[in-house]
Amino acid sequence: MPDLAVQPAPAAGLPGLAELRRVAIVPALNEEETVPRVIDELRTFDPGLDVVVVDDGSTDRTAAVAAAKGARVLRLPFNLGIGGAVQTGFRYAFEQGYDLAVRVDGDGQHDPAQLGAVLAPVLRGEADIAVGSRFAAAGPDGYRSSRSRRVGIRILAAVVSRIVGQRVTDTTSGFQALNRNGIALFARDYPHDYPEVEATVMVFRHRLRLAEVPVTMRERGGGRSSITALRSIYYMVKVLLAIFVGLFRRADLLEDGAS
Amino acid sequence: MTPLAVSILGSIASFALLVVVFELIRSRRLRERYALLWLATGVILTVLSAWREGLNTIAGWVGVRSYPPAVLFAVGILFILAVLLHYSTVISRLSDENVVLAQRLALLERELRERGEG
Repeated sequence: MPDLAVQPAPAAGLPGLAELRRVAIVPALNEEETVPRVIDELRTFDPGLDVVVVDDGSTDRTAAVAAAKGARVLRLPFNLGIGGAVQTGFRYAFEQGYDLAVRVDGDGQHDPAQLGAVLAPVLRGEADIAVGSRFAAAGPDGYRSSRSRRVGIRILAAVVSRIVGQRVTDTTSGFQALNRNGIALFARDYPHDYPEVEATVMVFRHRLRLAEVPVTMRERGGGRSSITALRSIYYMVKVLLAIFVGLFRRADLLEDGAS
Repeated sequence: MTPLAVSILGSIASFALLVVVFELIRSRRLRERYALLWLATGVILTVLSAWREGLNTIAGWVGVRSYPPAVLFAVGILFILAVLLHYSTVISRLSDENVVLAQRLALLERELRERGEG
């Protein structure tokens, strides 16, 4: 593919990116079929991006294929669930002193080619955390999902928007970019098994700035979603409880300089 | 009909359970996922204690005629059994994970020692 080689990486056009130490956190559970492609696409987008695959106790060859692609692999000894897996990545990013982190799921539903848009608000210094939203754009979105899941996503978005006082359309998206403040917060405290909703509320309670960016997500490339119909009801109840109780908690803000 | 004192005491006790569980979650001593069963226990016992006609009706359904609060005990015991069973599964999972952690630590320690010597 000769014309691919002469094309500059899309990330080259982003101002200020080159000076930053940046890492992509890729949580993966049994995604041996899609993880290599995700790693390739991340490199195509930005060759200077370090890729860390967090293998959340996979029983297939996820860790091996990721390592073969030259990614750093954090292999969890057993399944921690998405929240614990992602936080492992944030801890790594924090301890290794990265300035910027993006999270891209290993199942291929997040398209690294759209990272430029997700990174933009963080690079402009307008947000500590930018989230790729399937519903932020006006008009029909290309996102297909079961009806019950869409309803659930919308209910959670409405509840969260009310609490934080800013319109949030997609509280379940894991397609994110974070600066050092965001990394520090999530390295220290990150919710468990359905983390994005609670994390959104947490971001606001710690007075960090969150921006949403419209993205389209792809069909899952392989593997299976960890969320089934019955489970989503359980998650819904659990998450709403967590948000409700969280409102009665004092948020101890991150000290300046903690990062 | 349930004696009024039983209804009042039952309501207070089960509501107190709800308050304690809430405070444990708030102070992060109890995770939400392990609190859901306790909260369900608290809500159902509070409702059955306070709603006297309801308890009477349910007692009628299950053939308890002489003393409706017996249903309250039965439901309470049922939920405690459910919580205990749930915790047994949780403990089993934790001990499995603990074994894996100890094994991984032993392997890591050996590797570190070997690198130190080499």
